Amino acid sequence: MSNFFDKSDLTRKDVDEIVSDTLKNCDDGELYFEDSKSESIVLDDNKIKSSNYSSDLGFGFRAISDEVVAYSHSNEISKDSLKNSAKSLQSTLKSVKGTYNHEIPKTNNKFYDAINPIDQKTLDGKLEVLNNVNEYLRKKNSTVKQVTASFSGEQKSIEIIRSGGESLTDVRPLIRFNVSVMLEKNGRKETGVYGIGGRQSYDDYLKNDNWKNVCEEALRIASVNLDSKPAPAGEMKVVLGPGWPAILIHEAIGHGLEGDFNRKKTSAFHDLMGQKVASEGVTIVDDGTIDKRRGSLTIDDEGTPTESTVLIENGILKNFMQDRLNARLMNTRSTGSGRRESYKHIVLPRMRNTMMLSGKNTQDEMIKSVDKGIFAVSFGGGQVDITSGKFVFNCTEAYEINNGKIGSPIKGATLIGDGPSILKEVSMVGNDMMMDPGIGTCGKAGQGVPVGVAQPSILIDKMTVGGTKL
Amino acid sequence: MIKDQEYLKSKASYCLDLAKKLGATDASVTIGNSISETVNFRNKTLDESNRSDSLAMGIETYIGKKKSSISSSNLLDENLKILIEKCYETTKITPEDEFNSLPDKELLAKNIKDLNLYDQSHVENDKKIGYLKELEEAASIDKKIINTESSFTEDKSNFILANSDGFCNGYKSSSFTASCVTVAKNENNMERDYEFTSKCHLNDISNPSELGKIAAEQTIKKLNPKKIGSDKLSVIFDKRISKGFLSSFAGAISASSIARGTSFLKDKLNQQIFSNEINVIDKPDLIKGMGSRCFDSEGVKTDTLKLVSNGILNNYLVDTYNGKKLNLKSNGRSGGSTNLYFENGNINYDDLLKSHSKILYVTETIGHGTNLVTGDYSVGANGFLIENGEFKYPVNEITIAGNLDEMFKNIILANDLEFKYSVNSPTMMIDGMTVAGK
Repeated sequence: MSNFFDKSDLTRKDVDEIVSDTLKNCDDGELYFEDSKSESIVLDDNKIKSSNYSSDLGFGFRAISDEVVAYSHSNEISKDSLKNSAKSLQSTLKSVKGTYNHEIPKTNNKFYDAINPIDQKTLDGKLEVLNNVNEYLRKKNSTVKQVTASFSGEQKSIEIIRSGGESLTDVRPLIRFNVSVMLEKNGRKETGVYGIGGRQSYDDYLKNDNWKNVCEEALRIASVNLDSKPAPAGEMKVVLGPGWPAILIHEAIGHGLEGDFNRKKTSAFHDLMGQKVASEGVTIVDDGTIDKRRGSLTIDDEGTPTESTVLIENGILKNFMQDRLNARLMNTRSTGSGRRESYKHIVLPRMRNTMMLSGKNTQDEMIKSVDKGIFAVSFGGGQVDITSGKFVFNCTEAYEINNGKIGSPIKGATLIGDGPSILKEVSMVGNDMMMDPGIGTCGKAGQGVPVGVAQPSILIDKMTVGGTKL
Repeated sequence: MIKDQEYLKSKASYCLDLAKKLGATDASVTIGNSISETVNFRNKTLDESNRSDSLAMGIETYIGKKKSSISSSNLLDENLKILIEKCYETTKITPEDEFNSLPDKELLAKNIKDLNLYDQSHVENDKKIGYLKELEEAASIDKKIINTESSFTEDKSNFILANSDGFCNGYKSSSFTASCVTVAKNENNMERDYEFTSKCHLNDISNPSELGKIAAEQTIKKLNPKKIGSDKLSVIFDKRISKGFLSSFAGAISASSIARGTSFLKDKLNQQIFSNEINVIDKPDLIKGMGSRCFDSEGVKTDTLKLVSNGILNNYLVDTYNGKKLNLKSNGRSGGSTNLYFENGNINYDDLLKSHSKILYVTETIGHGTNLVTGDYSVGANGFLIENGEFKYPVNEITIAGNLDEMFKNIILANDLEFKYSVNSPTMMIDGMTVAGK
């Protein structure tokens, strides 16, 4: 565990005094220290294009009074710097008279080990894997014209110091291994991308030459797309494959169930608690406790232990995701969903691993039931307008369905739908729930945080497919 | 107070000297400091204040054709020493790349023009609060507006870029940004829209009540949207969307996409990619320009480029590394375009609206549906249906799709260019796009 101020003129007693003094009449708040080490090594165009290492140390000081949040952060760790931040907070919250809420739940659970993945594999070892990827793909197939492969890894150590001197700590490893391949055949170019990752060492993911499987998957997606036809345009039935396509759930439902938008009544879901928002058989949870997953956290960025929060149970809206601020203002408890990108950012209620649980149907039944529609297997990114509820996501691998059979692959198209009503259009839920491979990053208010998604295959009766073929 | 040039220069030379002493043949370092202060308002009361003070350094060390880089926010000499040693050790075992090098010396910027990018004005939090109060008062006059959120940010930054060939330059810049997001509600639905202003100089930002009024009007107009049927339509892109096509264009002509072969505009140099009337300019030395810069992120001088004239592509955006791969000299575009814009077209806005009996007018797109490798384009959209030059009703939950290669050739521009962002376009129309709806 890092000692965040051992090289500065600060002692723990100074820190405790400044924190307690600044927060004494506030409702909540804390001092957050963060020490992160990260690396990124990229092979591109037959060469090691970049090898970058970064180290960042800083603090964020937050004071909350009623609904008002004052925040100040700096990467200068010194008594002066901390006092300046305290002054900046006090100038915003001029005459506060709140009661500090000392209550914060405790946990003995840990969902990952306190390792530093960067040091657990030598640079030579990483370079060797990247070069192997490049050679393997280019040898495998003569249509391969470009290969990009990368490692990124980080270790983030945090300490949360609350008024009264309570301290909560966590050490979070995270890695990602990614392969992108571009093929060219008869003047046509297509790319395929695949990656894996989570909160373990690189070698935990690369056992048994697993990098070959990542290459094969990227190559397979690109090859499928080389033969793709223009996508259809208009409303039709959509079958989603299991795993990563659950970013539909993340965009369509997840963001709209975050506490802040509902407290502010700007979410299309804010007045739907306890009501039916999805078909029977649809259950969605947001779970921060799955061992070593990308979206898992032992404690959130306010120190609250994470949990598995039921958002929708058998079609009924049960809970929103909460940080401490929104929970207090909505008279409920934090669900351990308070997250921030780094010490430079304020805490917001965010998703962790968002999952739709398995139902009874098979994927085969779903395909057979569709006369005309599409089967979407993999996606790029998605986006949502919280207020109108409209959301989109982009297919990167999809096929036509004609008369109950999977047909030709189709070009990448955007799918658009309406969040509050889309889950009512779900007519079959598969028995094949799968987690994504550990690659998701969610963006909100300019902050990116690692997340996971999972779902079984599902059949949606009506969605608009944004192709070019009328 | 923001760190001065002397402080940044002393840190930069400490880093360069150390790298040289360790055995690096070349090195390049950037040291920057930025201070940002934001006040957020919601429903006419204070919601959040946020102050950030960030120091950052980044160094690239070379041993011949080997290169590696390191960055950190901890600028204590002791820490810099550990990191630069680590960077040097990593460089040693990184494979050579024949294209790695510092920029050509004769291309480095020499005369640094004063582009008036820094305004030292400081807006106290109370003044920011005053501005936002006035803004939200104006935004919430109409009862249909049920939620207003606004923010005011003041940014100041200073940086130094130095390399072992003797380049050492930097300058201060500032920006003042105010924005407003409003939510309107009626018995049928809820909509959100926004307006913002961002300038280098405080005196140039919009009047607060004007900003609030525009945001509210735009939001209320979106209430009671309809979904239209799937169709081939002419689509007009509002100025806040049309500029996005220039950003895609800039991405597709970056030397890195061209050198990697991953751009639909590869091998299109000196060819017709837009219609005859289209000209695209990238002008780095616009006074007070939001994208203005005196040199690029490698220190290379930047001249104005006429990227497209009469529809013909004249230049790529070239940096040193990818330039060497393509056998082209850097044109000072490491880090991308500067102030990029389409020159005005020939038709005025009102005539554009009347040019077809039925037009989809797009004010917002969502999703990341632009594929620069294939040029395929498919995004979610909302906006308005225009019939015979008149706005009929708002439209949402639709997608628009096409291929950029073909869309670029069909672009028609109005004559209403303004310099509001770093990338600017007049209102744009593209015929024959596929709209997917009901």
